[in-house]
Amino acid sequence: MVAVNELQEMYENMVTARQYEERLQEEYMAGKQPAFDISAGPIPGELHLAAGHEAAGAGVCQHLRDDDTVTAPHRPHHIAIAKGVDLKRMTAEIFGRESGLSGGKGGHMHLFDPDVNFACSGIIAEGCPPAVGAGLAAKKRNTDSVAVAFLGEGAIDQGAFLESLNLASVQNLPVVFVVEDNDWAISMPKERVTDVENGAQRADGFGLQGMRVDADDAVAVSEAAREAVGRARDGNGPTLLEVQVHRRMGHFMGDPESYRPDEDKDAAEQRDSIERLESDLQAHGVDDETIDDLRSRAHDRVEEAIEWAKDQPEPESEDAYEDVFVNPPSGVTDNEPSTADTGGDD
Amino acid sequence: MAQQEKDDASGQQAGRSLTMSRAMVEAIAHEMRADDEVFYMGEDVADYGGIFDSTEGLLEEFGRDRIMDVPISETAYLGAAVGAAQEGMRPIAELMFVDFFGVAMDQIYNQMAKNTYMSGGSVNVPMVLTAAVGGTYNDAAQHSQTLYGTFAHLPGMKVVVPSTAYDAKGLMHNAIRDDDPVVYMFHKRLMGIGWLPAPDGPKTGVPEDDYTIPFGSADVKREGADVTVVTLGLHVHRALEAAADLADDGIDIEVVDLRTLVPLDTDTIRDSVAKTGHLVVVDEDYRSYGVTGEIIASVAEAGLDDLEAVERVALPDVPIPYARPMEDEVVPGTEDIAAAVRAARGDE
Ligand SMILES: Cc1ncc(C[n+]2csc(CCOP(=O)(O)OP(=O)(O)O)c2C)c(N)n1
Ligand SMILES: [Mg+2]
Repeated sequence: MVAVNELQEMYENMVTARQYEERLQEEYMAGKQPAFDISAGPIPGELHLAAGHEAAGAGVCQHLRDDDTVTAPHRPHHIAIAKGVDLKRMTAEIFGRESGLSGGKGGHMHLFDPDVNFACSGIIAEGCPPAVGAGLAAKKRNTDSVAVAFLGEGAIDQGAFLESLNLASVQNLPVVFVVEDNDWAISMPKERVTDVENGAQRADGFGLQGMRVDADDAVAVSEAAREAVGRARDGNGPTLLEVQVHRRMGHFMGDPESYRPDEDKDAAEQRDSIERLESDLQAHGVDDETIDDLRSRAHDRVEEAIEWAKDQPEPESEDAYEDVFVNPPSGVTDNEPSTADTGGDD
Repeated sequence: MAQQEKDDASGQQAGRSLTMSRAMVEAIAHEMRADDEVFYMGEDVADYGGIFDSTEGLLEEFGRDRIMDVPISETAYLGAAVGAAQEGMRPIAELMFVDFFGVAMDQIYNQMAKNTYMSGGSVNVPMVLTAAVGGTYNDAAQHSQTLYGTFAHLPGMKVVVPSTAYDAKGLMHNAIRDDDPVVYMFHKRLMGIGWLPAPDGPKTGVPEDDYTIPFGSADVKREGADVTVVTLGLHVHRALEAAADLADDGIDIEVVDLRTLVPLDTDTIRDSVAKTGHLVVVDEDYRSYGVTGEIIASVAEAGLDDLEAVERVALPDVPIPYARPMEDEVVPGTEDIAAAVRAARGDE
């Protein structure tokens, strides 16, 4: 059973993520009209939105503490929000500003917030081994922290994931692998790239627990994650948890989705886990006013973060030379191009 | 020789111009029609037509058996290309971004690149590894690299980097027909993709018929008397832009487009330096232990008499940052090239 306050917490997280991404989409598209140029506008580069994935982030992260580690893939916003990543600094990072989480060096696919042990990688499945490492550290130090690696269903054919399952299992590490199954890996439907419909069955081959939540249902995710995270925290080993989600948008902004049948998109949109959770809240006797309050709190938080981020200064171009090392080898390498010093137009 | 070729076959005479992606696809389609053993594997290469249009339209003509969407398992499918090639087929396998080579490098550098040598030449690996390269659109550290030097450094692979549609087609014909493994690196910014506008240069005239451009033939894209600028890929066009600006100040640069890193056409570079006495090497890869150092060394080895001054312009040794001001700082721009040319001349 998931308590009412927990339902409300998930709902607020999910609504925050959805509203956040709707606003990001607006900001992203500004400056990319009428012709879409990926490097133009206030948010340049690729942008992978997670609308439709919210239940996975909220349902899992609900059971996590700040000292638990999360690694996220290229579609990280909903997970970051649910993990408690600083929303203002995350937004500033996405806008490429100096006060962003990484001072503008990372961008939306590379969000790092050590305060809540959150990290990303844009390389498919490559967040899995570091999550195993966080679990290893927890075990060696005898803490009860856990580590969670999020990845897409397209990533579970990757060596880094399969090797991580095995290592986590044989070392009995406190790790949960969360597969967000949105049926698509860019333009490739799941059945084109694997003969195994239930990704959680991969666990069987490595001797760890496998679970699958078959519907876009935050409550079911939360219940499954409670078990998986609890198992890890109690020292009883890793779990592979696959969660059905759906993709409401293109793979990235600008994706024409011409490969995707209309019916598939329509069907996906019918499965909105946020609406579903709203009905659950109502069934638990939460009144509309309370729901509206949660929504408007989310709205205000999103607006505040975006306004704040847009007010932040851009980094200096010279900042590019910093942070390669925390302990720069002075006198060994000069990163600055010599022509920038000696050339010039004068 | 390179110049000769251009006059014969390229450009205006062809009567039509193509984007680099169309030219590349045209060569692949031609080879696939001619030889049933040619096939293409990659992520999103079928219905999507390649994220960077590298296979646009091929699914319709050749079907899923030959234009194969494969799982996100680069080790498995790049390695499968190696194995099929050793069976005598002619696979083309795509890395969606060259940055992803890390997950599959063993198949590339220990298998694909070495099996010929380790077998004493009794085995060969006639495959093409295609890969999108390059930055300039704020895709940050894991999606913006060129890694030219990495591939060129490791023995056993031929490394091709086209800068125009004309070159892209001729080099692709050659790549598929070559009996050795070829890494074909196409710059995203040059492909002519709607959402990633290309500069003016890469769209060129392209003959309808097939033709090959031999590997190891650098192309003088602009003749000039004062300074030799050796470069490749996107930076050919940035160098040509710099040339136009410099010409206004009476500085006449020669732009040498390497077209292939392996084999490297040292003769064309040395001839040009013998004429100008000034060498500037421009690269979109990291500065240290890379293309710029190699080109300069290859000139130095031939004797330093001709060489009065050397400059290099490359990415500093930092990962590529996301935010615009920082990415613009590290990726060499037209002004950086012009500044290096002036520095080589001792202008202050
Ligand atoms: C090693 C590697 N190969 C390919 C890619 C390109 N790529 C980025 S996202 C993606 C599809 C991922 O699908 P999935 O794991 O299902 O996640 P989703 O995008 O559906 O959330 C691919 C192929 C990559 N980033 N890294
Ligand atoms: Mg997916």
